[in-house]
Amino acid sequence: MATLALAGCGGGSDSEGGGGDKPAASDDVCKTADGDGPKIGLAYDVGGRGDQSFNDSAYAGMEKAVSDFDATCIEGEATDGEAESAREDRLRNMAESGATAIVGVGFAYSESVNAVAPDFPEVNFAVIDGFDPDDTANDNVAYLGFAEEQGSFLVGVAAAEKSQSGTIGFVGGVNNELIQKFEAGYTAGAKAAKPDIKVEVQYIQESDLSGFGDPAGGKAAATGEFDKGADVVYHAAGGSGSGVFDAAVEAGEGNWAIGVDSDQYLTATAEQKPFILTSMLKRVDTATYNFAKSIDEGKPLVSYTVYDLKQDGVGYSSANESAITDLTTSIDEYKAKIISGEITVPTKP
Amino acid sequence: MTGRLKSVALALLAPAIAIVLSILVTTLVIAAVGSSPGEFWSTMFEVPKPRLRVDIVNQTAMIYIAAVAAAIGFRMGLFNIGLEGQYTIASFAAASFAGAAYLGGFANVIASLAVAMLVGAAWSGIAGLLKTTRGVSEVISTIMLNAIAVTLVGYFLNNYGVKEGNTVHTKNLEPSSTLGGFSPFEDRDGEIWALSIVALLLGIGFWVLLNKTRFGFDLRASGQSESAALASGINPKRMILISMMLSGAVAGLIWMPALFGGARNYGTSFQVGLGFLGIAVALLGRNRPVGMLFGALLFAFLSVKSNDLTFGTDVSPSIVQITQGVAVLAVVVTYEVVRRWRTRLEQRAVSRELTGTTAGATS
Repeated sequence: MATLALAGCGGGSDSEGGGGDKPAASDDVCKTADGDGPKIGLAYDVGGRGDQSFNDSAYAGMEKAVSDFDATCIEGEATDGEAESAREDRLRNMAESGATAIVGVGFAYSESVNAVAPDFPEVNFAVIDGFDPDDTANDNVAYLGFAEEQGSFLVGVAAAEKSQSGTIGFVGGVNNELIQKFEAGYTAGAKAAKPDIKVEVQYIQESDLSGFGDPAGGKAAATGEFDKGADVVYHAAGGSGSGVFDAAVEAGEGNWAIGVDSDQYLTATAEQKPFILTSMLKRVDTATYNFAKSIDEGKPLVSYTVYDLKQDGVGYSSANESAITDLTTSIDEYKAKIISGEITVPTKP
Repeated sequence: MTGRLKSVALALLAPAIAIVLSILVTTLVIAAVGSSPGEFWSTMFEVPKPRLRVDIVNQTAMIYIAAVAAAIGFRMGLFNIGLEGQYTIASFAAASFAGAAYLGGFANVIASLAVAMLVGAAWSGIAGLLKTTRGVSEVISTIMLNAIAVTLVGYFLNNYGVKEGNTVHTKNLEPSSTLGGFSPFEDRDGEIWALSIVALLLGIGFWVLLNKTRFGFDLRASGQSESAALASGINPKRMILISMMLSGAVAGLIWMPALFGGARNYGTSFQVGLGFLGIAVALLGRNRPVGMLFGALLFAFLSVKSNDLTFGTDVSPSIVQITQGVAVLAVVVTYEVVRRWRTRLEQRAVSRELTGTTAGATS
């Protein structure tokens, strides 16, 4: 028995450190769950389960729903460059297979949910980061957004207080309104903690979405900022972030990187880990779980919901304990001030 | 076997081998990752649901337009890899124009299609000009133009697009300018887009152009031998520029059925990758109008049907990209093998006849 348990442990930490591998179908809770709770469809964005970020976070929320109130689930995954009709078909398939609630993971599902929802009035839909694309409101759709600027504010505080040089950096994947929210919050947090701090800002792409999948570009941008004297760099650049971590590793001890969306300390390589100060958490799992719970309680969420600090919808990670312990008291003070409304975080830089 | 039957059988041999090969390779890959190939094929070969049949028709139409665009270049000996960029920028331009609603109703649709063709032609024309005036390979220039097109569209969209939620898109079409389509089944199963007919017209037009016009002859002649074409009075530079622009103009139409069928704007619903699919299908269909139709249908079927895989099997839908890739590779290779084999057969037949006649003469 003991050896079995040990082997299990070894396997677990391996998959954590290595990353990339898709989990086997057998540990998919949607394949095994057979409770009598609500049946929930999870329509993933490109990457699907195993992306160690957005989609996995939605799955984690689902996992909790399965264990908490016996929910069952079915999953579907987007392929790169797929047609709009493919997304619609995925949602319809789930509704027809008996799902009473369906979560579209990612704003790309906004249009397709809008098209499908009226045909299934008895099914409740949710779109993470989504929006209603037309004027007719859907009374069976929930749009779950996040106050990314508030989470970014907290890691901005962490960056400013950790910095020795008085200069910190920000690397954005694409210069659009969504990512500017991250920049605005980060800068505001840093200035709140140290009014004279200098923030270097760099975007990988002006508009092309490839900026979220370009580790080399992320590394170049971050290296530039470290060269300009920054010693903490926060990235909001999706898959390009691993390049930012590499840049921090090359900049050497005393330099830090901050992750985004999920707790990236847990999924980074062993070499990168010591350099990851914290991560801004976007709790897609909380949003997914809350939505599932609202279905279970018979009071389905509809319309817009923004997950902010108050609801624990955004936050920061303290997984790298030795690096962050000294700062948590001060970060939590700011957190309390944002929750109480004493500080309002800007959404535009 | 008569000669005619034999040549038909030989022509079908290559695609048949290619399909068997791609089925084989896909099966091996699925088995190698530990999933069940049986489940995969039974899901894929199930009769598609009505709404999927509609999707297959729509996708076939768009892929076919892309294939015709690619074939125009191929027949001329030009490798236009820039379809992707051409239809991206043309779709954006047409969607912006249509959204601005300078014209009402159907006139707006026609004018927008013209805009799409003009912009597509202009974009591919850049590569054509670079090739004729500076000798730049169209392969290199069109790839670069792909990247530039995406960046340019992103820039314009960010600065002049309509912002909504976390996305930006062009202005929505007026309801009077959307064409919708025809729903063969229930309403909720979707519509076959009205402009899918463009694919059919283009297919016929392409056949007529190639086989019944002077220009088509010039095009084929230049593609087969530039020096022979030059000797017979064809201006090769002119041909390169015209066929490049024609290819781009057709590419501009690729996404138009979707735009006027239901997408309403250029935004998250814009479908990328059709340009590359078109190139693959043109290769698969040997640049022949009918061959490409089957190719487009096959690709559309695989892509659309793969969505069913996530339910009931643990095979990733992306696996069909392997099937598609192998089919193209196999077709290219087997055609060459079959062609050589056929040449050898013909040579042997000729030499047999020759020795036969000489033998008869000597005796």
